[in-house]
Amino acid sequence: MEPVKRVSGRMAPLDLADVDTDQIIPKQFLKRIERTGYGPFLFYDWRARGNFVLDRPEYRGASVLVAGANFGCGSSREHAPWALRDFGFKAIIAPSFADIFRNNSLKTGLLAVTLPESQVRHLMDLVAEDPSVEVNVDLVARRVHGDGFDYRFEIDPFAREMLLGGLDDIALVERHDSDITAYEKQRAEWLPTVK
Amino acid sequence: MSDVKLSIPVTRTLAQKLWDAHVVRSAEGEPDLLFVDLHLVHEVTSPQAFEGLRLAGRHVRRPDLTVATMDHNVPTRGGVRAADELSRKQMEVLAENCRREGIPLHQIGSRRQGIVHIIGPELGLTQPGMLIVCGDSHTSTHGAFGALAFGIGTSEVELVLATQCLPQKRQGDLAVEVSGELGIGVTAKDIALGLIGRTGTSAGQGHLAEYRGPTIRSLSMEGRMTVCNMSIEWGAKAGMVAPDETTFAYLEGRPNAPRGAAWEAALDYWRSLTSDEGASFDDVISVDAAALEPHVTWGTTPAQVVPVTGRVPSPHSETDERALRYMDLRPGTALADIAIDRVFIGSCTNARLEDLRAAASVIQGRRVHPKVRAMVVPGSTSVKRAAEDEGLDVVFKAAGFEWRNAGCSMCLGMNPDILAPGERCASTSNRNFEGRQGSGGRTHLMSPPMAAAAAITGHLVDVREIM
Repeated sequence: MEPVKRVSGRMAPLDLADVDTDQIIPKQFLKRIERTGYGPFLFYDWRARGNFVLDRPEYRGASVLVAGANFGCGSSREHAPWALRDFGFKAIIAPSFADIFRNNSLKTGLLAVTLPESQVRHLMDLVAEDPSVEVNVDLVARRVHGDGFDYRFEIDPFAREMLLGGLDDIALVERHDSDITAYEKQRAEWLPTVK
Repeated sequence: MSDVKLSIPVTRTLAQKLWDAHVVRSAEGEPDLLFVDLHLVHEVTSPQAFEGLRLAGRHVRRPDLTVATMDHNVPTRGGVRAADELSRKQMEVLAENCRREGIPLHQIGSRRQGIVHIIGPELGLTQPGMLIVCGDSHTSTHGAFGALAFGIGTSEVELVLATQCLPQKRQGDLAVEVSGELGIGVTAKDIALGLIGRTGTSAGQGHLAEYRGPTIRSLSMEGRMTVCNMSIEWGAKAGMVAPDETTFAYLEGRPNAPRGAAWEAALDYWRSLTSDEGASFDDVISVDAAALEPHVTWGTTPAQVVPVTGRVPSPHSETDERALRYMDLRPGTALADIAIDRVFIGSCTNARLEDLRAAASVIQGRRVHPKVRAMVVPGSTSVKRAAEDEGLDVVFKAAGFEWRNAGCSMCLGMNPDILAPGERCASTSNRNFEGRQGSGGRTHLMSPPMAAAAAITGHLVDVREIM
């Protein structure tokens, strides 16, 4: 994975809570066997109904999505962050994320940043008023800042290091092979193996 | 390992015990490295993981702790030929990946194929004390056996295939204490829906939930699986029930359950898998089961739910207003006045034998309403066979239900079983998100007896009125 340190660009507001992964990428697009190519199908049903916020000219090319609480709830499909990334988003800011979605995003190099509800509201209002507002999401300094605002955020330190270093987590786990082998040797004998 | 043991507190919750037992390595400032006892794989979330392995020249570390099935996109009639080209391709790719890596596969048409969360327990592969993962959010189902089980994404699937391990940050502990006797016509599904209605969609985030109390103890394994299955719908990372005699009776004699001396040794360990007296939880949620009524969702999240005796509520938020518009409902409408077009009895939540029996007992001797199209999709090929052995298929078919082959089917509509735009469905599945069962389709979640009752009357109805 490429290292991720900072994301700068314009924001797009998706002012809804409980946006589930079925909306982010509907099931008919989960049949691909690749990790890429999902961008055109992002929020497919909502966009098909017309006048969807992400299709408005003023939000085209935005790289930071600002969303409501519990973003990414529902299915474990990693296709959801893949689709957001393919569409052009590099970071998402929300008051909270569903656990699996947040994990999947960080693995994909998509920064899922949690800020308090009031700060997310401020960003949402800001970008609704002036779509050209620029934002910087700085993973190194753990800050979301721009003209007139500067918010600090918390993120799991280990996930942060993985992103900053662009590290391959499989290779990291493989380094502990002797621990894994030792663990395997002391597992109870009754535990099932698949035949 | 020794460092880990020193840090173990004197009283622990069930979840903490399960966690501690799987720590391969623990270090300050890093997530714990956990060992996975069973990795369940299906056709939709695995192809990119296998491809990643192949590109990196890696192989599956423990194919003997990995099992695959085809469930998400399989047609429920007409066999593999009825699948669209992309679905067929995904099934072929899974078969090829399993062949190459030596992973046992229950493919479409085989005797033990079925929904991944139904066949694990059925085959006795799901046992107390295990850590089980799968690229599917309803993996929490297996927690019903006193296992630590949760859903993962495709990158994590790749990591588990390669290393049989998963780095995980410690989670908080929640207890859901359920007491009181369930009334007639009220089921495990209503415990789950009632709970989610109260907590909302995200109360469980960052937590492992233990369902406990006399009502949970009195549930069958099937009922416990239904409750654990829906843990993710209120945001919990996992849900679990401490194993007891009900668990052991379910497991004994199953194909992969231990036998003889191994069974006795396993039992000794399994009996230790309870939260210690005085173990502390971050929060305890109490549910009075005696006060529960059959529940039905009215909106587009499982938390938008009311007792069937109630009315569509007034909106309290923009999310509510949006849901009302999508569902084409007006506040104040009695639920019993809402007509339905379709009925789906199926899914990893409610398609086990007990669920089909409960639905059949309501349907026995009655007919599906002429305006309703109803289908039963057994959770596995084994469930289908067992149901046929006791004649349940005859009951359903005589009433006008379609009797299909096993799969996820209309729970998520990846196969040909979908709602048409605007169609309204009484469904025993787990998600009522917009378009979940088909673009523009409208889903009302409920228990199998409630869905059966709706099929007969043609509208949402309190099953207790027709029992």
